[in-house]
Amino acid sequence: MERMTGAETVGVATETRGRFGPFGGRYVPETLMPALEDLEAGWSRAWGDPGFRRRLDELLGTFVGRPTPLHPALRLDGESGDSARIYLKREDLCHTGSHKLNNALGQALLAVELGRTRLIAETGAGQHGVASATAAAFLGLPCRVYMGTEDMARQRLNVVRMELLGAELVPVEAGSRTLKDATNEAIREWMSSYRDTHYLIGSAVGPHPYPTMVRSLQEVIGTEARAQILEAEGRLPDGLVACVGGGSNAIGFFSAFLDHAHVRLVGVEAGGTGHGPGSHAASVSRGRPGVLHGAFSYLLQDHDGQIDPTHSLAAGLDYPGVGPEHAWLHASGRARYLTVDDGAAREAFLALSRREGIIPALESAHAVAYALQWARELGPEGVLVVCLSGRGDKDVDSAVAGVQ
Amino acid sequence: MKGAERLAAAFRQAKEEDRTALVVFLAAGDPDFETTVELARAAVEAGADVLELGVPFSDPLADGPVIQAAYTRALAGGSTTTATMDCAARIARETEAPVVLMVALNCVLARGFHGFCAAAAEAGVSGILIPDLPVDDASEMREAAERVGLGTVFLVGPDSGPDRVAAAAAASTGFVYLMRRRGITGAGSGGVDLERRLKEVRAAGSAPVAVGFGISTPEDAAELAGVADGVIVGSVLVDTAFRARAAGRDAGEGMERAVRKVKEAVTGLSRALHVGSESTGVARKNAPVRGSSQKAGRQDRG
Repeated sequence: MERMTGAETVGVATETRGRFGPFGGRYVPETLMPALEDLEAGWSRAWGDPGFRRRLDELLGTFVGRPTPLHPALRLDGESGDSARIYLKREDLCHTGSHKLNNALGQALLAVELGRTRLIAETGAGQHGVASATAAAFLGLPCRVYMGTEDMARQRLNVVRMELLGAELVPVEAGSRTLKDATNEAIREWMSSYRDTHYLIGSAVGPHPYPTMVRSLQEVIGTEARAQILEAEGRLPDGLVACVGGGSNAIGFFSAFLDHAHVRLVGVEAGGTGHGPGSHAASVSRGRPGVLHGAFSYLLQDHDGQIDPTHSLAAGLDYPGVGPEHAWLHASGRARYLTVDDGAAREAFLALSRREGIIPALESAHAVAYALQWARELGPEGVLVVCLSGRGDKDVDSAVAGVQ
Repeated sequence: MKGAERLAAAFRQAKEEDRTALVVFLAAGDPDFETTVELARAAVEAGADVLELGVPFSDPLADGPVIQAAYTRALAGGSTTTATMDCAARIARETEAPVVLMVALNCVLARGFHGFCAAAAEAGVSGILIPDLPVDDASEMREAAERVGLGTVFLVGPDSGPDRVAAAAAASTGFVYLMRRRGITGAGSGGVDLERRLKEVRAAGSAPVAVGFGISTPEDAAELAGVADGVIVGSVLVDTAFRARAAGRDAGEGMERAVRKVKEAVTGLSRALHVGSESTGVARKNAPVRGSSQKAGRQDRG
């Protein structure tokens, strides 16, 4: 955005505030600035500490179940032989059923390291809520999860899981009653509780240091996938595909390939049911830059800067913003962002279930849908890797409801 | 007199009269702009020295349920930035009090810093507060405000370190907004050592210091009389007005009641302040107070 670019806007603090080109930053009320400065210092200390890293790596193995497999989805395109080979990075096989635990566990360990005694989190699809509740239970911390009531209704299974895990669930009735509103409430709470509470953000969004921290904790997805595809194919893939809501699975997946310029990166946003405000959640593809939840990034908004309502069949993509590093990857041309609508996502959900025996999360099904199309365009010599970010148990009602 | 000068004059006059200035917050367009103008007029008649006009935003992070609900009502009523500017212009024209806009960063970015500040100045606004624009990222905004003569207002938080306090104090040309406690408007916990904070802020800059967040009863305000240069009251008045409207069946009558309630609340606070400033130093907590706003004290704001 021309109005807010470069050093004249960001002043002297550019390098220390998590900037991705003009995107990112730390736009929060003054109350939270000391809390974020503390977190930033604590995070860089922990991330540079071999002891912390060793403990996290151990737990990623014994508790999360890493490394996750890279699965060649040979039957997905009906064995026509005309399409590129599609590999699935099976984050759905992580404990709790999605990539979210990579981040939640890392941040929960950090919280303990920083002397925080409780966790709060926001959740959309409930996957991050479940991951946070799991990490909290594992480490013996109380956990409160904010969740929009619209999402609670469509992701019932995860609501029950969070309760079983001992988390306190706070229903959010404000606004669109989805992820955006849950995030608002979590930030509001944190403004009075930050001295003893860590706010465990679930995506690569929010004020610095969150986008950087979440990306770093999710980078394990890309690092493993890179080694695995080299092992399987003897070369890097032609492209990567991942779904993008806030964009944590995508950024962790992409980041290990950013330096390999010939690997094309595609982020798939929620095309929903149409183009108008309130019928999709394609922040990069159809939004323009602005500030929401503490970062400068692409947003779905009206001409006055009011945040637009959003829609997606996938609760985890139903968010009007996107992580600032994605904004930069888009603006710089390193990654492409496009949309898959509800119907195509539902078809991919069924295709993967029936042809591969994998029931994906509706979020991940968006990535699968585009990968199928791209694989046909690439032809049989091509190789694609899709981040299958989560499993679809939570979605069976929503997915089946549309199939008659 | 206009812009930052008008704001400075309001604080100066309060000081000359040996009292703490009363800053009253109103949510613009809640539920319509006509009401906002009438409430503003009533507040000024009842003793408000400065009006802080909140520009409705769909996702206000720093605000509690009372102001969020007010913004939701305003947006549902079709509030736009242009209409809010027109409302500010009417208030600036029709009342004595300078108007400070409180506006979310994203609403400012939609027009650009220079565009927004120019429009505000054109409307007769005196100052601007962007709560989610930290002082260290505000150079373009400060330049834009200065160019058109708008006073700037920056927040000092309960846990802001010395560097941040100094930066906010130095950058504020309108007044410094000192938060009395953690949390959002209208709720929260954890007070700060105000006297120490005020000293720090005053040592770092020359702008008046107004205290807000959780000032919900005349007693709260009385505590600050003579201590701070200004006291900011919001949620309790927004809520009082809303309840009055909700209770009134006849719209006109509801309006009357709302204005009267705001008047009484402001008068109560004002009276408490005057009593407070008449005493010589301590014991302001015990200032006699007869305002009618105590009942709404749970739903406060700063």
